[in-house]
Amino acid sequence: MGEKDEKLILDIQDLKVIYKTDIETVEAVNGISLKIEKGKTLGLVGETGAGKTTTALSILRLLPQATGRILSGKICFDGEDLLTKTEDEMRAVRGNLISMVFQDPMSSLNPVYTVGQQIGEAIKLHNHDLSHEEVEGRIDEMLQLVGIMPSRKAEYPHQFSGGMKQRVVIAMALCCEPELLIADEPTTALDVTIQAQVLAMIRELRERLGTSMLMITHDLGIVAQICDEVCVMYAGKIVESGTVEDLFRGEKHHPYTVGLFDSIPNISSRATRLKPIPGLMPDPTNLPVGCEFAPRCEHCMEICKKEKPQVYSEGTHKFYCHLFDSENLKTGGSENESK
Amino acid sequence: MFKKNKVNAETLDGYVSQGKWKEIWRRYKKSKGAMIGLIMMAAMAAVLILAPLFVSYESATTQDFSLMLATPSAEHIFGNDGYGRDIFARIIYGGRTSVAIALIATVTSCIVGSMLGAVAGYFGGRTDSLIMRSLDIFMSVPDILFTMAVVYALGANFVNLIVALTLAYFTNYVRLVRSEVLTLSEQDYVEASRAGGANGLRIILSHIIPNAVGVIIVNTTLNIAKIILYEATLSFLGLGMPAPQPEWGQMLSEAREYMRNTPHLMFFPAAAIIITACSVNLVGDGLRDALDPHLKS
Amino acid sequence: MKANENNIPARTPLIETRDLKKYFKVNGGRMLHAVDSINLKLYSGETLGVVGESGCGKSTLGRTLLKLIEPTGGQILYDGQDITKLNTRKMRPLRKEMQIIFQDPYSCIDPRKSVVDTISEYMQIHKVFPNHQQTMNRAIELMDLVGLARRYANSYPHELDGGRRQRIGIARALSLNPRFIVCDEPVSALDVSIQAQILNLLMDLQDELDLAYMFVTHDLSVVKHISNHIMVMYLGTCVELAESEELFRNPLHPYTKALLAAIPEPNLDSRDKEFQIIRGEVSSPIDPKPGCRFAARCEHCMPQCTQENPKFTETSPGHYTACFLVNGNNPGGQTSDTGGETGGR
Repeated sequence: MGEKDEKLILDIQDLKVIYKTDIETVEAVNGISLKIEKGKTLGLVGETGAGKTTTALSILRLLPQATGRILSGKICFDGEDLLTKTEDEMRAVRGNLISMVFQDPMSSLNPVYTVGQQIGEAIKLHNHDLSHEEVEGRIDEMLQLVGIMPSRKAEYPHQFSGGMKQRVVIAMALCCEPELLIADEPTTALDVTIQAQVLAMIRELRERLGTSMLMITHDLGIVAQICDEVCVMYAGKIVESGTVEDLFRGEKHHPYTVGLFDSIPNISSRATRLKPIPGLMPDPTNLPVGCEFAPRCEHCMEICKKEKPQVYSEGTHKFYCHLFDSENLKTGGSENESK
Repeated sequence: MFKKNKVNAETLDGYVSQGKWKEIWRRYKKSKGAMIGLIMMAAMAAVLILAPLFVSYESATTQDFSLMLATPSAEHIFGNDGYGRDIFARIIYGGRTSVAIALIATVTSCIVGSMLGAVAGYFGGRTDSLIMRSLDIFMSVPDILFTMAVVYALGANFVNLIVALTLAYFTNYVRLVRSEVLTLSEQDYVEASRAGGANGLRIILSHIIPNAVGVIIVNTTLNIAKIILYEATLSFLGLGMPAPQPEWGQMLSEAREYMRNTPHLMFFPAAAIIITACSVNLVGDGLRDALDPHLKS
Repeated sequence: MKANENNIPARTPLIETRDLKKYFKVNGGRMLHAVDSINLKLYSGETLGVVGESGCGKSTLGRTLLKLIEPTGGQILYDGQDITKLNTRKMRPLRKEMQIIFQDPYSCIDPRKSVVDTISEYMQIHKVFPNHQQTMNRAIELMDLVGLARRYANSYPHELDGGRRQRIGIARALSLNPRFIVCDEPVSALDVSIQAQILNLLMDLQDELDLAYMFVTHDLSVVKHISNHIMVMYLGTCVELAESEELFRNPLHPYTKALLAAIPEPNLDSRDKEFQIIRGEVSSPIDPKPGCRFAARCEHCMPQCTQENPKFTETSPGHYTACFLVNGNNPGGQTSDTGGETGGR
């Protein structure tokens, strides 16, 4: 894959975000870099508090104004740095070029407007010159796209079930044909059978519209089914990244990724006991000096406690772990260390 | 995050021995405002309780027309009122009745109202309807009219005033606590308690009231000041404590006539009411925070 | 275990329900059928997983078994004793033996009570120990048992994370030495790594204390991991019940098949497969029409399905299904009205 810049829709470099209150400073995102190619889907995986949503909000510059602050880094969208744009310019980007689907469909819709009105609102926001008929036509088109009968557009959100609401939210997000769709846990609040419907729809729409996607999730199953590339986040850092092949078929993994996989009860094979990662995520107001994962890592070495790991890569597969240091590799590789 | 100073020894006692009240007091002490309020309250209580030691009741009721409307002097530090009675003595003895009535009426209305509200909210259904509909009847009669009726019917004295004020104020608490309870009883810990075999009363007392306490306390502290003023209204209408007995509200309404020329007649009882209300509010705020473990750190 | 399923059970089930029903009144005098004709048996030391989507009545079933909700009809037998009609006072001694663990680690413990206070609440209700010190000691023991560091004894819930709060809930549930615990989605609010810790804890406790769990969840992989038997619920009714391995190897009811196919698997083998989608959404449980509740979404729906209720029959030893498709294939299939895991009434 030739990585020319025109191919990239999103290129985040060394992003650092903090939440600062009078009492404490939460280091939410600590220097992450990621790239999404046009038409591809990147999965951002991690547990609560890993900084996934913060990353997404930073892209749209929607961090809570009172506390959230982007310390450093670049967020290049289609070659332009979003962080240098003015608020007015950003408004033209949001919804139009980049849009976002949130976890909870119930709170993303306004209960006092009909579904049609809300989609229409989103359309008109970026296409002022459309006539009333054109907007109505577009609403019908969007509803059809997400598999809802256009005749239901005069109904209110409460008349829709959870899955239908999430479809409406997705329709709203897609109505201006954005180049990048950020989906923050879009199916977590839904039942499995409904989740399957929504995932199938997302997969189909992505192929039809060629939209690039940033898929935020904690579910490795969704990653396997939907994404092309994956970044695993832990405590505000990316610890491993690569293609889905690298993650699910690769031989070597970051110890945290291994822990994540061992924690999921496997549906096809039954182990009597799970192998959870011991301990808890570090306090984001007081992160360890060395590797963030070191306190919970079974392969923790002296260097891990002192220095942040560099990136080590094997083709597209990247690790941020001292285990992959050439010296440690030379002396028998990660396998040896893990024993 | 947890308090390090509590992990003292490896013995079991080390972990659990600290008393609940000690803990609450420790949290209470942290707030400056609350401590100021407490000191003010304690000082006031001392003065009111120990009053007979430095001022006699007679000086509060003895009329001396030569001292009519006298301004403060060394002998009568707050001056004298329209009948030449010593204002300082009247404030102190008036405070004894006013504060006592206000406190008792607040506490009784709070207890009666909270319990009714908790019962209505927790049990729901018919119990709820019965309580709430009776309450509607109560509330459809204007407060002042209702209180007047009670005092007229029973006669104006200490106990009856408390009864009348309680009846006028408990309705607030019923509504307030009921709505709190409705939210709280949805919580899983209430169900957990039932699953453990707790009965309704225990759940209300050990889970619901403690969690609703913040709202109740804020309302209570605001009410104390209101009740003192309400007493004043009653006195003004001639339904307060019988005549020679001093009372803050009564003093205020008497002072109205002289407001323009001798404002100190109004100033001292008003200041007394403000100070009382202030200290009660400060203590109330402090208490609410101290009872809430969230603000522990 | 096997022997118990085929023949008349050698031991009494710890919990048994017969045609258990719970209807709620909703506006307009209509009835919401939250739990409809459920028959189940659960033995000591075993786990019955109850799976279904939101609104299928699985949580209501758990609470009805504990009589936190009064059943509308049918019977609940605890250790052979009919507890359906017992009033609150008579239930009290039994409360010691049946407990519940909740889904939400945030609302399941009182924010105003310290950790030891919460854990010792049940012991104080039942006055298990004559003095405070003994109660506290037992609370500390329980903390050790569920893996909560002793230094948290005086902490308040808001200082602790979800996993630790869930451990408090478990310690409280264990405080009276129960024999049966309803676990109502105890891990679904937790992160995967914490979820695994709690699942391991629950399984260890079961081995150690010979507990019976009814494990209510929407997560099939979790339920497979922990259960001996699995019951699949749809709109208040039980559509399939089988041994855990059997259910996953050989699902019979179309709904079970759809559920299994809907899980996104964390491997790439099934990636390019189309999602096996069942159309539509769960319909309303209010005044359901006769016939199979799943008929509206079922791709195999036959005229029969919308007219009469499919019988819950044993299609192979220990495997029960309520579907005409399966019954049709097995004409005269052993309609077990007696014995068996979950016979009719």
